[in-house]
Amino acid sequence: MALDLELTHTLRSFVAAVELSVGDGATFALVGPSGAGKTTVLRTISGLLAPDAGRIAVAGETWLDTRRRIDLPPERRRVGYLFQEYALFPHLDVTGNVRFGATNGADVSALLERFRIAHLARARVDALSGGERQRVALARALARDPAVLLLDEPLAALDTHTRAAVRSELREVLAGLGIPTVLVTHDFEDAAALADEVGVIVEGRILQVDTPAGLVAAPASPFVASFTGATLLPGTAAPGRDGLTEVSLDAGLTAWSTDPGEGRVALGIYPWEVSIARETPADTAVNHVRAPIVSLVELGNRVRLRVGPLAAEVTAGSATRLGLREGEIVVASFKATAARLLPL
Amino acid sequence: MPPGELVSALQSDVAKDALVVTFETNLIALALILVLGTPTAYWAATRQSRFRDLVVTLIELPLVLPPAVAGIGLLAAFGRLGLLGGTLDTLGIDVAFNKVAVVLAVTFVASPFYVRTAVSAFEALDPTLPAAARTLGAGPGGVFFRVALPLAAGGLGAGAALAFARGLGEFGATIMFAGSLQGVTQTLSLAIYEQFDLDFDVALAISAVLVATSAATLLSVKLVTRWRSTSSSPIPSVASSPLSS
Repeated sequence: MALDLELTHTLRSFVAAVELSVGDGATFALVGPSGAGKTTVLRTISGLLAPDAGRIAVAGETWLDTRRRIDLPPERRRVGYLFQEYALFPHLDVTGNVRFGATNGADVSALLERFRIAHLARARVDALSGGERQRVALARALARDPAVLLLDEPLAALDTHTRAAVRSELREVLAGLGIPTVLVTHDFEDAAALADEVGVIVEGRILQVDTPAGLVAAPASPFVASFTGATLLPGTAAPGRDGLTEVSLDAGLTAWSTDPGEGRVALGIYPWEVSIARETPADTAVNHVRAPIVSLVELGNRVRLRVGPLAAEVTAGSATRLGLREGEIVVASFKATAARLLPL
Repeated sequence: MPPGELVSALQSDVAKDALVVTFETNLIALALILVLGTPTAYWAATRQSRFRDLVVTLIELPLVLPPAVAGIGLLAAFGRLGLLGGTLDTLGIDVAFNKVAVVLAVTFVASPFYVRTAVSAFEALDPTLPAAARTLGAGPGGVFFRVALPLAAGGLGAGAALAFARGLGEFGATIMFAGSLQGVTQTLSLAIYEQFDLDFDVALAISAVLVATSAATLLSVKLVTRWRSTSSSPIPSVASSPLSS
């Protein structure tokens, strides 16, 4: 089984050139800003779009090979495609939608049970909530017994309230599938929660492929760092004391990093690696920024702060304990090992 | 004129014959329009062909042509001395001045009302729905019958009713191409024209029938549109003016 793909396709302002392979049961997330060519990849796999050149093989079967003039129509490719707004058929009820593409062997009522929509079997689809619509769309896609599952922004149509719940549901579904899944999203957090491997795509090129943790640990470019949530501070690097690299930041501060570097760099720091204190702490962190709190936003059990040029994330408990408020002067600290240097 | 006399005026042979001829020819014409017009409209709505504008213009032409020109055109195409007349003659089909001629005239004049409405009904479909159907194993034919047709049904029904209402009153092209023979080609509007000089009461009674039928047809479109918009899929707002889109 597994999916192997390579394609080049001319889009409005750039040429997309993507190569990827996804193993059985694995989930690959393509993450990038809108207009990066993510949906183009999904449409090509499903056969809805014929690329300029390319090759797609799924489960050992060639679906597309422009050199050999093979291009199976969508209805002959075994794909399960979850569209961004789910694309449910408004003239059919829930059962009618799930049954639409079902193979002869598919047990539609078992699928309805599995996705907890059996009680909605006769319901009209425009009467459903966002989460229910997604479950119907997923059941409909799986009723076809697909060899590959394609998810286009599966959580974008949901409000923040249902999003987290649906995300963990979806993770369970994906874990039990045993076919390759390609997921497309502009949200790195969604990708990190759902995918085994993440490819960051910009203007039709995949910049870096790694596990979500690997991307955060070693972003290969400033874009990847910023996309995965890091704050970027531009500056000039030079070798400094104790084998560290000294970075004169354009913001007027000096910072130290364990990464090697020289010349123009971006210093990348993830918010959860910045700690906040009232006074400069006498701990192992070598980088300290003393500045007022510009903003303070509560996100459930966490609090996100902006301190000078830095973003920091601390637990709500710590924020309360320190009595943090906007406008107060605090010290934001991070270790030299947490300061990633990315050449500009 | 009291309703009783109106009804008895309708008992005349002229009125009864015209009623039969009109409904017979119009139902056949409507069937022709639906069978030929629906695929044409779907094609025009979904393809980016170079010929699209040309085809749509040809379909719309009867809307703006004077009925007399439509009649002459039909004669030139299907008449005994017309372009296709010889071919039809060898096939043993005689077209001019019989019911076939009435059907052709009505089809020609009324079809744009259906096709234009049908094109906008198909164009109003969310394009991801056919795409989703393809990924679910439906071929192009399956997409048409299982997705496009049921979703556009409201708009198609509205278009069919408009075309039917237009066809019922057809006059100019019919009288030129098919003549006005009672019981053969004399439709309701032709009978009104003839009876206007002979028996005004009959003309008036037939007119009343036409007004009532047309009003009922248009009203049913509105009721169906309202019922569907409160209960199911979106319908393009098409019924009022086929020329405006």
